Amino acid sequence: MHLTLQQFSFIAVAGLTIISAALVVTLRNIFHCLLFLALAFLGVAGIYLLLSADFMAAAQVLIYIGAIVVLMMFALMMTHRVMSTNVIQTLGQWWLAPFPIAAGIFFALFRVLIRYDFKLKGVPAAEPTTGIIGTQLLTRYVLPFELASIVLLVAMVGAIILAKEDKPDDSP
Amino acid sequence: MIPLNWYLFVSGMLFCIGIFGVLSRRNAIAILMGIELMLNAANINLVAFGRFMDPSVLAGHVFAVFVLTVAAAEAAVGLAIIIAVYRNIEHINVDKINIMKW
Amino acid sequence: MAESLRPIVSYTWLIPVMPLAAFGLILLTGRKGPGRGAYVAIGAIAASFVLSMLVVAWTVSNSAQSLKGPYVAGGHASAHIEYSNEPREEETPHPWQPVGIYNIQPYTEHYDLAPEPFARSVPWVTIGGQPIRMGFVVDPLTAVMLVVVTVVTLLVEVYSIGYMHGDVRYPRFFAYLSLFSAAMLSLVIADNLLLFFVSWELVGLTSYLLIGFWFERPTAMRAAKKAFIVTRLGDVGLFLGVLLLFWYTKTVNLREIFEQIPSLLGMTLHLGKTALPIMPLAGLLLFAGAVGKSAQFPLHVWLPDAMEGPTPVSALIHAATMVAAGVYLVGRMYPVFAYSDHSVSLTVVAVIGAITALMAATIATVVNDIKRVLAYSTISQLGYMMLALGVGGYTAGLLHLLTHAFFKANLFLGSGSVIHGTGTQDIQQMGGLRRHMPRTYWTFLISSAALMGVPFTAGFFSKDEILLEAFHVNKVLFSMGLAAAFLTAFYMTRLISLTFWGEQRDPQIHAHESPRVMTTPLIFLAILSVVAGYVAWPTKNLFHEFLHFGEGHAEFSWQVATMATLAAALGIGLGLALFWKRVIDPSIFRRALPWAYNLLANKYYFDEIYWAILVVPMFWTMNLLARFDQKIIDGLVNGVAYLTVALSILQAWIDKWIVDGIVNFTGGFVKLWGRFFRFAQTGLLQDYALIVFVGLLMIIGVYLYKW
Repeated sequence: MHLTLQQFSFIAVAGLTIISAALVVTLRNIFHCLLFLALAFLGVAGIYLLLSADFMAAAQVLIYIGAIVVLMMFALMMTHRVMSTNVIQTLGQWWLAPFPIAAGIFFALFRVLIRYDFKLKGVPAAEPTTGIIGTQLLTRYVLPFELASIVLLVAMVGAIILAKEDKPDDSP
Repeated sequence: MIPLNWYLFVSGMLFCIGIFGVLSRRNAIAILMGIELMLNAANINLVAFGRFMDPSVLAGHVFAVFVLTVAAAEAAVGLAIIIAVYRNIEHINVDKINIMKW
Repeated sequence: MAESLRPIVSYTWLIPVMPLAAFGLILLTGRKGPGRGAYVAIGAIAASFVLSMLVVAWTVSNSAQSLKGPYVAGGHASAHIEYSNEPREEETPHPWQPVGIYNIQPYTEHYDLAPEPFARSVPWVTIGGQPIRMGFVVDPLTAVMLVVVTVVTLLVEVYSIGYMHGDVRYPRFFAYLSLFSAAMLSLVIADNLLLFFVSWELVGLTSYLLIGFWFERPTAMRAAKKAFIVTRLGDVGLFLGVLLLFWYTKTVNLREIFEQIPSLLGMTLHLGKTALPIMPLAGLLLFAGAVGKSAQFPLHVWLPDAMEGPTPVSALIHAATMVAAGVYLVGRMYPVFAYSDHSVSLTVVAVIGAITALMAATIATVVNDIKRVLAYSTISQLGYMMLALGVGGYTAGLLHLLTHAFFKANLFLGSGSVIHGTGTQDIQQMGGLRRHMPRTYWTFLISSAALMGVPFTAGFFSKDEILLEAFHVNKVLFSMGLAAAFLTAFYMTRLISLTFWGEQRDPQIHAHESPRVMTTPLIFLAILSVVAGYVAWPTKNLFHEFLHFGEGHAEFSWQVATMATLAAALGIGLGLALFWKRVIDPSIFRRALPWAYNLLANKYYFDEIYWAILVVPMFWTMNLLARFDQKIIDGLVNGVAYLTVALSILQAWIDKWIVDGIVNFTGGFVKLWGRFFRFAQTGLLQDYALIVFVGLLMIIGVYLYKW
C-alpha cells in the first residue's frame, strides 16, 4: 500500500469524522454528544477541503458549527432539567431494529459503490469555487435561491412563534 | 488522487450512523443530531459528485448550498418545536410522546 | 178368532222392542226409576208376555185351520198317529256309518213350502246389488219359543227382586236382563240370518255382562271371558255358514234360502284341491255356532264356570233360554240340515248330542257345588235335545226344550233360594233343609222329578219321545241316551238327599226360607214342570200337530217308555241307597276306581287340555312378542338416545374445536394483523422513522436485484 500524503490525510480526516459521528450516537452524556457532533462537522469541513470545495468548507464551519451546534446547545440547556446524565439515552433494544436497518442500508450502499463503474472523465485541477457557485446561484439557479430565502424567512418566523412563551398579558 | 469511492464510502458511513442515531436515541435533540449527520453525509456525496462529474458548473456544490440552507432552517424550527413540547410535558423523551396518531 | 187377532200379530216386532226400551230407560233413570229399575224391566217383559200370548193364540188357531208345521205341508199332512212296536224298515247296517241314520222323508223330494207364515220385513241395505230386508216371521216354532222366553224371563225377573235385594248395582242387573230378553226375543222372531246373527251375538254379549256382574271377583271375570271366547269360537263357524249360504243363495232371508236348497244339492265349494259339498258344509258350520252356544262337546267348558254369575242369570240364560238358542238354531234351519236322507250334518248333530249327554251326566255325579251339578245337568239335557234333532225327532227335541226350560229354571231358582238361605253352595255342608225351607224343597223335588223323567211329569213326555226316536234310528245312540237317563236320576237323587234330606251337617248354617217374592215364581214353574208336558199326551199329541217337520207321525211305544222308566227307577234307587239310607258307602266308588273318580272329578281334564294346547302357546307367543317388542322398541329408543348422545358429543367437539376454533382463529387473526398494523400508528416518532428507512431499504434492495 503506497499512500500519498493526500490519501493519508484523507484517511485521517475521514476516520476522525466517522469516529466522532459514532460517538455522537452512542454517548450517554448528551452534551458530550453535541461536542462530538461539532467535531464531526469539523471533519466534514476537512473532507470538503480535500475535495477542493473551499466555499463549502467555509460555509460548513460557519453555519453548522457556528449556528446549528450553538442553537442545539441552547436548546439542550433549556431542556436540561429533566434529562439528567444518568438516564439511558439510547433505546433499550437498539440491536433489534435500528442497527440492522442501518447496517442493511450501509451494506446496500457499499455494494453499489463497489460494483458501479462511475463514468469519470478524470479529475480536473483544483480551482476556486466560490465565484462559480455565486454565478450559478444567480443565473441558473436563481429561482431556488429566491425560494431558499423565503424558506429561511418562514423558518425564522415559525421558530419564533413556536418557541414563544404564552404570557397572559401578552399584547399583539 | 483520492478515488471517488472513498468519498462515497465515508458518505455512506456517515449516513448510516445518522440513521442509527435517528432510530435509537431517546432524546429528541439527539435525533436532530442524527438528522444533521444524515444531511452532512448527503452534502459530502453531492459535493464529491459535483467535483468529479461536472467541475465547470459545480451543480453539486450549488445543491449542497441549498441543502445547507434547508438544514439550518429545519434545525431552527425543529428545536423551536422541541422547546414548545418541553414547555408542555416537561420532558423530551420521544419514547413517551405517542399522541401523533389517529 | 184368527182374523181378529191378525192385526195384532203385525205388531210382533214390539215384543223385543219393549224390553229394549226398558233397557234404555233403566240406564237413564237408574236408581230413581220405579222399584229402582226392577218394575220397569218387569213391566216391559210382562207387556211382551201378553203380546206373545196373543201371537201364540193366533198361531195356534191358525194352525188348526191350515198350517201344519213351520215349513212343510203336503195335501195329506194330517196328524197320523201310529202305535207301533216294530222298528222301522230301514235298519242301520252298522252303528257308525251315517247311512240312513234317520228316517225323515227328504224335504226336497216330496213337499212344497208351506203357505207363507206371517212375515213382515222392511228393506234395509243393499249389499253387492242384493237388497237385504229386516223383518220378523211368526210360525209355530216362533210361538213355542216366545212362550219359553217370555214366561221364564218374567218369573226370573220377579225372583230377582228378592235375590238381588241390596246389591249395589241392582238397577244395572235389570237393565242387563232387559237387554238380554230383547236380544233373545229378536232372535226368535228374526226372519233373516243377518238379524239372527246380530241377536245371537248380542245374546252372547249380555251373557258376558251378566256372568261378570260381580266383576270385583276375579273368578267371575275369568268365567265371563271364558264364556265369551269359547262361544266366539263357535260363532266363527256360524258366521262362515251364513256367508256360505249368502254366497250361494244371494239372500239372507230364511224363506228364500229354503226355496233354493234343492238347487244347491250337489254343488261343491272348491278350496284348492279339495271340493267340499255345500249342503253338509253349511249345516256343519251353522252347527258349530250351536255347539258353542249350547255348550256341546267339545265347547262345553264355559257353562260350569258361568255359574259364577248370579243365580237368576244361571236360571234364565244358562238353563232356559240362551243355551237353548243353539237348539233353536238347528230347529229353525232344519231344511239346511235335513237336505237328504243321509245327511252328514244331522249325523254329526246326533252323535255330538249323545256324547255330550252321556259325558256331562257322568261328571255331574261327583260334583259338590249345587249350581255346578245343575250346570252339567243342563249340558246333558241340551245334548238330549241335539240328539233328538239329529235323529229326526224334530218335535221331540223342541218339546224337550220347552219342558226343560221350565223345570231347569225352577231347579236353578230353587238352588238360588238354598244359597240365599244357607249362604253356601257346597252340598257336602248342607243337609236337612227340608224342614227349614219347605216351599223351596217341594218345588225342587217336583222339578227334579220332571228332570228325571218320572211318569206324568212334563219331562217324562219329552224325554220319552226323544228316546223313542233314537231307538228307531240307532241302537248305540239310544243306549247312550238311556245310560244318561240312568245317571241323571242318580245324580239328582244324590243332590236332593245331600241337600234336603238327612240331618244338617254344618252347624254354622242357619237356614231360613226365602221371601215370597222368590218362592212364588218357584211355585209357578213347578206347576208348569208338570202340566207343560200334557200337550204331548200320546193319544192326542196336540204339540206334534202344532209343530212338526215333514210327514211326522207322533208315536208312542210301551217298550221304550218302560225301558226309560226302568232306567230312571234304577238311578233313583241307587241314589237312595248311596246317599239316603247309606246302605252302600258313597266313597266306595272313589276307593275302588280312583282313576275313574279322578277323571270325573277333574271333568275329563278338558280345561287342562285346552289350557295346555291353546292358552299356553298363546301366552308364550304373546310373551315372545311382548319381549320382542320391548327389546326392539326399547332398543330403538335407547339407540336413539345413544345416537343423540353421540351426536351431541360430536357436535360439542365440533362446536368447541371447529366453530370456536374458527371464531378464535378469526379473532386471533385480526389480533395478529392488528398488532402488525398497529405499529403504523404508535404515535412514536422513531417508529415512523423506522418504517421510512425500512422502505428505503426495500427500494434499494429492489434496485440492487434488478441489475
